[in-house]
Amino acid sequence: MKIAITADGKDLNSMLDERFGRCKYFIFADSETMEFKALDNTYSDSAHGVGVEVAQFVIDQGVDTLITGNLGPNAAKVLSESGITIYNAGSMTVNQAIDLYKQGKLTKMSGPTTNPHK
Amino acid sequence: MIISVASGKGGTGKTTVATNFAVALADIYKTALLDCDVEEPNAHLFLNIDKRQYNLNEKVFLPVPQIDDKKCVHCGKCLEVCAYHALADIGKKILVFEELCHGCGGCSLLCPEGAIIEKNKQIGDIKGCNVKGLDFVFGTLSIGSVMAPPVIKKVKNHIKQDRLTIIDCPPGTSCPMINAVMKSDFCMLVTEPTPFGLNDLKLAVEVVRELEIPCGVIINRSQDGDHIIEKYLASEGIPILMKIPLDRRYAASYANGKLLIEDYPDFKAKFIETLKNIEKWVKA
Repeated sequence: MKIAITADGKDLNSMLDERFGRCKYFIFADSETMEFKALDNTYSDSAHGVGVEVAQFVIDQGVDTLITGNLGPNAAKVLSESGITIYNAGSMTVNQAIDLYKQGKLTKMSGPTTNPHK
Repeated sequence: MIISVASGKGGTGKTTVATNFAVALADIYKTALLDCDVEEPNAHLFLNIDKRQYNLNEKVFLPVPQIDDKKCVHCGKCLEVCAYHALADIGKKILVFEELCHGCGGCSLLCPEGAIIEKNKQIGDIKGCNVKGLDFVFGTLSIGSVMAPPVIKKVKNHIKQDRLTIIDCPPGTSCPMINAVMKSDFCMLVTEPTPFGLNDLKLAVEVVRELEIPCGVIINRSQDGDHIIEKYLASEGIPILMKIPLDRRYAASYANGKLLIEDYPDFKAKFIETLKNIEKWVKA
């Protein structure tokens, strides 16, 4: 499975960034091989529609799964309609989040966790 | 001539000034009052209007895209041009986030397949009538809508060259305020003699200077603390147009939805004198 994780740093020992649209980095990891790459979230300073923009970026990376903390309604809509499974994780490292995901211990997100701030 | 009434800080008395000023001048000039504070229009409350009087009733629409999935080839042109990220391509279809759309029309213009048509989404309405001898127009932003500028622009479409036009502006210094103040010949900034009033007055002055609109200040609830405002205005070379003293009787008049110039006719001459001064500055 190709997983996207919002992260505070650029390696697997970094803390998970609980923000989605305005997270610092994205770590794209293969849950079988544990190969990964980290990309800057270049959209984090966007003034408008950052949720939609970042969700589009994640889709375009061809992932099946996203692990993050909080998700706004627009991003949630884009991701869920495109068929990406979203899991919720709190304060932990990226490695720990992937482990819990593999063990089936992460909770699926069924919708947005935050209100729109228009 | 177009005179906008703005402030920076909310609750300083913009609507009090705008309504009294407009009604005072309507005796002498052909005057129009436009309430462009579309998120919370309330100038009409001071004009004793019966709803049946409104003979101007318009709806304000924003053109938002509608995608024909059969024609769309997912080329990505519409996403590229949308500065507000109101579109997302999830492979099988394009999602449209209408509340993010600013209605610029770029996506439908650039779609090479003609797969985007625009539909009108109502974002507000405009009402108007003739009352107390003046042309009165105001706009209201629909509940849940966030796009104030298109509604403000629609209100301002009712500006007529042969009228002295007074514009009641929204507070703040962002898009709605700027859209309301834009293209006026003079801006009256209403403030109160408090550190908060002064702070936000400075912000508003920066905006009107950026727009190259001359300005003057009305100190409302004027009392002992005026010197902080006066000191700033003197250093910036900005004239004080008028002072409205802090007086319980004026507050009571306001609270009853009445005009100061009707309860205290002395104000009428002061507003007229203020206009004469503004005319001199604008012409100079």
